[in-house]
Amino acid sequence: MDQFILQILNGLDKGSAYALIALGLTLIFGTLGVVNFAHGALFMLGAFVAVTVSNILTLSHKVVDETRTDFLGNPLQVDVPYLYDLFGQAAGDTIIDWAVPISIIIAIPIMVGIGFAMERGLIKYFYKRPHADQILVTFGLAIVIQEIVKYFYGANPIPTPAPEAFVGSFDFGVILGFDPNAIIYPYWRLVYFFFSVVIIGAVFAFLQFTTFGMVVRAGMADRETVGLLGIDIDKRFTIMFGIAAAVAGLAGVMYAPINSPNYHMGMDFLVLSFVVVVVGGMGSLPGAVAAGFLLGILESFASMSAVIDILPGINQIIIYLVAIIILLTRPRGLMGRKGVMEE
Amino acid sequence: MLGLEMKDFRLLLIVIGLTMLAPFILNPFPEGSEMAQFNAGYPDLMQRFVIFGIFAIGFNILFGLTGYLSFGHAAFLGAGSYGAVWMFKLLSMNVLPAIAISVVIAGLFSLLIGFISLRRSGIYFSILTLAFAQMSFALAYSVLTPITGGETGLQLALDDPRIFGASQTATGNIPVPSLFGLEMRSSYELELGSWLFTFNAGYYLAAVFMIIAFYMSIRIFRSPFGMMLRAIKSNQTRMSYTGLNARPYTLAAFVISGMYAGLAGGLMASMDPLAGAERMQWTASGEVVLMTILGGAGTLIGPVLGAGMIKYFENIFSKINETILHGWFAFLPDGLENFVVAMVYPFIGKGWHLTLGIVFMLVVIFLPGGLVQGGQKIAGLFRRKKAEDTKPNATEPAE
Amino acid sequence: MGLLEVKGINKRFGGLQALGDVNLSIEENTTHAIIGPNGAGKSTLLNVLVGKLIPDSGSVMFDGQSVLGRKPHEINQMGISRVFQTPEIFSDLSVFENVMIPCFAKRDGAFRMHAIESIFAERGIQEQADAILADVNMLEKKDMLASSLSRGDKRRLEMAMCLVQDPKLLLLDEPTAGMARADTENTINLLKEIRTKRGITMAIIEHDMNVVFSLAERITVLAQGTPLVEDTPDNIKGHPKVREAYLGEAQV
Repeated sequence: MDQFILQILNGLDKGSAYALIALGLTLIFGTLGVVNFAHGALFMLGAFVAVTVSNILTLSHKVVDETRTDFLGNPLQVDVPYLYDLFGQAAGDTIIDWAVPISIIIAIPIMVGIGFAMERGLIKYFYKRPHADQILVTFGLAIVIQEIVKYFYGANPIPTPAPEAFVGSFDFGVILGFDPNAIIYPYWRLVYFFFSVVIIGAVFAFLQFTTFGMVVRAGMADRETVGLLGIDIDKRFTIMFGIAAAVAGLAGVMYAPINSPNYHMGMDFLVLSFVVVVVGGMGSLPGAVAAGFLLGILESFASMSAVIDILPGINQIIIYLVAIIILLTRPRGLMGRKGVMEE
Repeated sequence: MLGLEMKDFRLLLIVIGLTMLAPFILNPFPEGSEMAQFNAGYPDLMQRFVIFGIFAIGFNILFGLTGYLSFGHAAFLGAGSYGAVWMFKLLSMNVLPAIAISVVIAGLFSLLIGFISLRRSGIYFSILTLAFAQMSFALAYSVLTPITGGETGLQLALDDPRIFGASQTATGNIPVPSLFGLEMRSSYELELGSWLFTFNAGYYLAAVFMIIAFYMSIRIFRSPFGMMLRAIKSNQTRMSYTGLNARPYTLAAFVISGMYAGLAGGLMASMDPLAGAERMQWTASGEVVLMTILGGAGTLIGPVLGAGMIKYFENIFSKINETILHGWFAFLPDGLENFVVAMVYPFIGKGWHLTLGIVFMLVVIFLPGGLVQGGQKIAGLFRRKKAEDTKPNATEPAE
Repeated sequence: MGLLEVKGINKRFGGLQALGDVNLSIEENTTHAIIGPNGAGKSTLLNVLVGKLIPDSGSVMFDGQSVLGRKPHEINQMGISRVFQTPEIFSDLSVFENVMIPCFAKRDGAFRMHAIESIFAERGIQEQADAILADVNMLEKKDMLASSLSRGDKRRLEMAMCLVQDPKLLLLDEPTAGMARADTENTINLLKEIRTKRGITMAIIEHDMNVVFSLAERITVLAQGTPLVEDTPDNIKGHPKVREAYLGEAQV
């Protein structure tokens, strides 16, 4: 039983990342009808916003520390972040420690801006072109973004720690009456899960309860009719692209402490997110979220040693296997709408 | 000629000429000169040119003609490689049975995956092929280790139970792949003045296979079958209301292109008898997509050009480092030199992928027919200009 | 016994009865028009005939064989060709290739692995294609890309693609929809010619009464998914029920 709960918990954080990326993907697909292979790159960019912010916060100048000497007996030069000069050492350290949460606020405008630029600069010219062309051009864009990041940040993963306060694990076992340390779960992953629930909730609320969201939903259902009402649906769709980019970016920012960002993390997540979207049903927002969590949890169950003993290797292929079965038996996915991408 | 129209026959002759003379053409710079690093005429790279050429020619039969975009073709290449290495381990070091089995295995494997994936079209087809390929990769990497060698890959060993041929050579080494005794790695070197040309047995074997593969693809393009495949890309509704069943046509195209991939995989293993799971990964499938589209999907020669270009950039262009660049721009004043080098450097050398990505995007946006179409456009421009030159008075305003 | 026998067809979409107990018999060697106001079920009926929709009950027999449950390409191979409201052609292929494809389909069936033969060696097919293009006055356009044709030419090309298969039954879905008067006249003449020269049985779904009355030998009037009357054009013109259900509306 404790194993069972542990696997659900383990699946949640990966599932949250899948759900967040898939949410953006399916949002773009549902509104703009565009298959965006560069969406993983947006996730990666988000993670690198966190890296950049922590780099900027730790910008330092050299100061000669008279009290310490190096092994030759010379006075030691130490790096002192500019933040110390501004706020003093204690406050400065706290700010540096909280680099990742601070990045969230900074990432929102940056990612929305990148989303706008992408949509206005490239994607809008591909609305009328075949899906294969959309896949190809965004695939090319993903390579370009990836290589630019590689140029500036190198090929190695860059550790980006979570704030001190979230280091360590939470012992669920004790609360639920199991042995101590039976179910332990890192705090940051818990934070990640709640964060993604909040983001998903915010996107849904935005679409459900604002006039803007209502128009967009109507546009997703029937673009032409909405256009006939004299509503400039295109501008709203551009904004939706920005929002989708921001959601992917935020997922990336928060994921940085879980997995040290590297330039190809976007591609790694992209393939799985596409599978998630297809399983959930192209263009279905609840489908994407449900499928994201479902596949995340399934994956972690499949990695239980009891399961692997019976079906070796199942943890490696479970997601693909589920996707293939769903695609063949339910072409529209779990919650897909009729007529999306069907000939 | 050979059942080809004159125009196609000429193209075939050009391809034969270029591949046969490649050791000369790719080594234009004398040994020891500063430019020698741009020589691509060494066996390893030349083999890759033609092998990836075969892979891309096959992929083009599926994508270029039917428009079905597969993101999983590397799986067939990988399967072919494994098959070939097993042939070396169990049967003999002769490359022909190894290549034959790799084509057969890839054919059967693509029949299975194609049969399932082609039940869907469009993006769903792409995702299905992607999922199958990733699954194959994951399995080859883990559970199938007894067959695939897992992380280390499948290699020859000193105790392989080879039915025809010894497990070890007289000197106690692992024997090398050969064609009836002609070792694939053996080369003949020709020195002309300060130029050095290498003629490698493996390259010529692969080149012959590529020429055959290219010839077959011309035949397919010009056949009623090829026309049906283009019809599928154009309008599936009309296809079925004309009494044609699209499914077996696309499946046949899928299997043919899978067999091409298997051939490429078998040749790869013949040049260097090992096979690893990473050959099946989806990024490898993405590479053949890039090659085909860059060169020109749906054109005959495009995929070969695309494959050659990407492999050249990957192996030669990527070697250019900052020092070389400084050497090139040394004639500029210092400040300007540094600036130019700083501007250019991200795009070449290790950053060649960035250039590739940008060029690829430009091709998708502006040149759906790839570089071949670009070449034709430029040629057309010159021809028009020439035509204008011959009658200069016609365009002059009347006085 | 007619060439096409439709018996007791029912089709519901959710709560909507699209077709209710439709009986229809199309005699060989006639032009049979199916008319009716919007939403009368004409398109649904047509989609049932070509295998795109499967009815909830009833039977459709063509030339003594059941059509139901067969795929569109199988039904075409039985001898039914269809002309669409907006022409469905192979836009990325040349006009000549467009007409060669149905020739191959007719000769080789739904699938044949002719991957090595050259198109240029198929003399018989090329002659057939040339002949039909000459018949529809498009021979000089044979090397053009189909997408570059005018709307009228696209329609004629589609017609040629159907005719070259020498179908037993030609289904036409509003062949003059959205056409200018001159084009409509041309199409009527073309269809008359097909009828007299080739003796092909035709079923036409049409809105334009002018077209219907200049072509049809039998007319079935559909209303709310059920056939109202079936008769000759002259009798239909004067039929009170028809005037009420359809013509009255059209003449407003």
